[in-house]
Amino acid sequence: MTNVAPSTGPTIGDSPDQLAAEDVAARGRPRSAWRLMLPTMTPWLATGLGLIGLICLFGLVGPWFTGDPAAIRDIGLTGPSAQHLLGTTQTGQDVLAQLATATRGSLQIGLLVGVLATLLSAFFGILGAYVGGITDEAFSLFSNVVLVIPGLPLVIVISGFVPREQRGLWTIGVVLAVTGWAASSRVLRAQTLSIRNRDYVAAARVAGEKPWRVIGVEILPNLLPVLASQFVFAVIAAILAEAGLSFLGLGASNSSTLGTMLFYAQNGFALPLGAWWWFGPPGLVIALFGTGLSLVNFSIDEIINPKLKNVRLHRKRARLAARRARTETGATR
Amino acid sequence: MSTTTTPLRPSTGRSPRPAVLTIDDLTVVYEVEDPVTAVKAASLTLAPGEILGLAGESGCGKTTLAYAVNRLHKPPARITTGSVTFHDRDGSDVDLLALDDEGLRAFRWDKLSMVFQGAMNALNPVTRVRDQLEDVLAQHRPQLSKKQRRERAGDVLERVGVDRVRLASYPHELSGGMRQRVMIAMAMLLEPQVMIMDEPTTALDVVVQRDILREIVRLRDELDFAVVFITHDLPLLLEISDRIAVMLRGEIVELATSDDIYRDPQHPYTRRLLGSFPSLSGDRGAFIRTGVDEGSSPETDTRTVVLPDPDDLPGRGDLPTTARGDAR
Amino acid sequence: MTSVEITDLTKDFSVGTGLARKPFRAVDRVSFDLLPGRTVALVGESGSGKSTIARMLAKLEKPTSGRIDVRLDDGTPVVGSVYRRHVQMVFQDPFASLNPFHSIEHHVARPLLLHRRTRGAAETRERVLDMLERVNLRPAADVAARRPHELSGGQRQRVAIARALAPGAQVLIADEPVSMLDVSIRLGVLNLLGRLQREDQLAVLYITHDLATARHFSDEILVLYKGRVVERGPADAVILDPHHEYTKLLALAAPDPERVGKVVSGEGAVDRAALDNTVCWDHHRGEWVHAEDAPARAGRRTA
Repeated sequence: MTNVAPSTGPTIGDSPDQLAAEDVAARGRPRSAWRLMLPTMTPWLATGLGLIGLICLFGLVGPWFTGDPAAIRDIGLTGPSAQHLLGTTQTGQDVLAQLATATRGSLQIGLLVGVLATLLSAFFGILGAYVGGITDEAFSLFSNVVLVIPGLPLVIVISGFVPREQRGLWTIGVVLAVTGWAASSRVLRAQTLSIRNRDYVAAARVAGEKPWRVIGVEILPNLLPVLASQFVFAVIAAILAEAGLSFLGLGASNSSTLGTMLFYAQNGFALPLGAWWWFGPPGLVIALFGTGLSLVNFSIDEIINPKLKNVRLHRKRARLAARRARTETGATR
Repeated sequence: MSTTTTPLRPSTGRSPRPAVLTIDDLTVVYEVEDPVTAVKAASLTLAPGEILGLAGESGCGKTTLAYAVNRLHKPPARITTGSVTFHDRDGSDVDLLALDDEGLRAFRWDKLSMVFQGAMNALNPVTRVRDQLEDVLAQHRPQLSKKQRRERAGDVLERVGVDRVRLASYPHELSGGMRQRVMIAMAMLLEPQVMIMDEPTTALDVVVQRDILREIVRLRDELDFAVVFITHDLPLLLEISDRIAVMLRGEIVELATSDDIYRDPQHPYTRRLLGSFPSLSGDRGAFIRTGVDEGSSPETDTRTVVLPDPDDLPGRGDLPTTARGDAR
Repeated sequence: MTSVEITDLTKDFSVGTGLARKPFRAVDRVSFDLLPGRTVALVGESGSGKSTIARMLAKLEKPTSGRIDVRLDDGTPVVGSVYRRHVQMVFQDPFASLNPFHSIEHHVARPLLLHRRTRGAAETRERVLDMLERVNLRPAADVAARRPHELSGGQRQRVAIARALAPGAQVLIADEPVSMLDVSIRLGVLNLLGRLQREDQLAVLYITHDLATARHFSDEILVLYKGRVVERGPADAVILDPHHEYTKLLALAAPDPERVGKVVSGEGAVDRAALDNTVCWDHHRGEWVHAEDAPARAGRRTA
């Protein structure tokens, strides 16, 4: 080409350059590239991480401290009190204890589906895009077909198909993963295509690197933020989808998740009876966890597209400059 | 002829005609954690109908200067000192930095317009060319009827060498060179007195570049507007400009007529810049001015002349070189 | 030492989508030789096919037809994995051709290790430092520890050259190596390439749109227009005595300070649609060659 025309949109391939360039401008020597990939700590990120941390801690450690969630008592539906901080269910079970166990169950599903879906989308997206040709077309066609099939109905059908006894956490997890990887793989494919055309990937090929090394060493590090972001999305989607499934009675049997808790609350007429302590907390935990993950995703977005970081920094600088100008003698132009 | 008291001080290059634009002691600072002075005390005068070339490499501040003159600079850039005065054809003087929003809006494009770097991507991809041109007219010449606007848009397009039928095209249907001409047409719509062009031909092929330059000079001859032409391509400026200002790291280090710059460059950086362009005609291996040719030395420090790296002297042809690189 | 013989190289791309695909001929029967110690320049505008030829030579694209024969002095063909040891490339964009994640040392060391030029960490490091010194990056130890973003464009391009020469390449493809660098450092990098060529007797393919540097730097020039060669010959002959209309157009379009103050008007207003690229003026033979004729091999090897 005679001269390179300016590109109009950001791609993940550009982001490490921008990040590193800004880093050099700001502090002389840049930090290692891996450090650059980490988001800067902002109030948003701190809040998000805090929420996630608290809920994970609750889910991991909570069940050991809150007693037996399945113990039936004679007191029936009671509100929050000193003995039962979140009240009891219709059968006298401690809501707080149930919440802890349910959170653990939901986290398990979220993690399981997140990992599986990300692996699947990485395989179909990244590998297909790198190899190109007929493989790329085939993988792309396959993921488009899976994408078009409506997710929730498919999950319902598959869940309904599996007999109740076998419908454990893992089964549901696999079903959700298998129906939910397609959108992510399209994103990864697009980003891989853009990176694949970068000169340093071509340079690695010309130098004689083997394809697996090119993917692993040159392409993958640049895709990490996108992968992280897709992972977070998958977790959120999984928890919500599972809640939906369980609410419909199609969820994992013999395990307790936030969704099953809502199911039982529904069956126990918690809403008409005004027992907010039964259906409120599970819904709140789902909402807060989703919020926390989304906040983390916003910070990851700043890495994928460093121009977003500039928007925030410019606002900050403008505030500082305005403050400085006000304290100076003479008007700001 | 330019006059200088010492070889390193830029001349004022004052030309006999009265000026249309005066930039006096303009300083622009980027207020980041470690403030950067992008433009240092720049002073220029632009005569009516003159083509002034602004030459410099990346990071020298030429684009910042152009934006500041137009008051297009955004925070963290801030003009800290200096003035920009526009001397209208009708005799009045306008202090650009003191204009309010409404005054600025009326001033821009009508008296002074700009063609941006990467202008080819500045056209709205989902509207036709004629709508974009007519939009400008609707904004600034509300008294024109729709028919008159269409007529005028077509006229301007023909003037830059694009067929009138292209009014109905979308930008992606036009080639790079044509899009650039459309941008120039848009900048000329209101017949401004000054046009600032920031690297208008850099992304174009050499042949198309030549065509566009020819158009610009021809239009200048017809309509008598002044042009500030910003680019790193010094030979190009030598061909078309009346005067050239060379910028290095925010300062104008030399300002003289093209002839003087070519035959008698004063500043070492100017000489170095001239020496970077091999000559198409002339002896093979000769540079425009005998090249001071360094290898790995810091690329932009030319306050002191850098000695050539013996390894990197060209092996073909005889090149008389001296430490100061001022052999003829 | 290695030479390259390219015969009737052709590349077709299919443009359009789905069922409306049409073949587009980007490179049409181009032939030339690359000999040790000599530079051949491919000059043309964007879309002329010159970058495609470079990519085919670097085995980043497969030719549709034609042959690329790389041979050692004794005639042994260079094929398979050894190809990349002999043929290397310097890319146009210094900011995109180095991976921001890795240090400079990594960039230069990998080819050394891949092609087994060194053994062990200590020997590799020493060679890396040697190569960096060779391309005038000093102090080498300091530069080796840095990352691409700590270097300027010219320095990164030097690293790219060091990386290309690390496997012991004998054929170097330079795809517009200086067009994205600041003007005042372009000649430094080109002169570096010239010195390295003389020292190692490299065969260099220099791709550019700039006639002036092509003249300064190469022995032989091929002018490409829409995928075909329209003029070929020694550098001076092609530039000072152009025969084809397109070459004349290019020469006139290049800014020339000798024309200070006189903008060329009227001249060069050639009808581009009328440019005929089915004929090529060969300065060696002193005659017009038609595209259908056998490739002009005779006279390509000049003394």
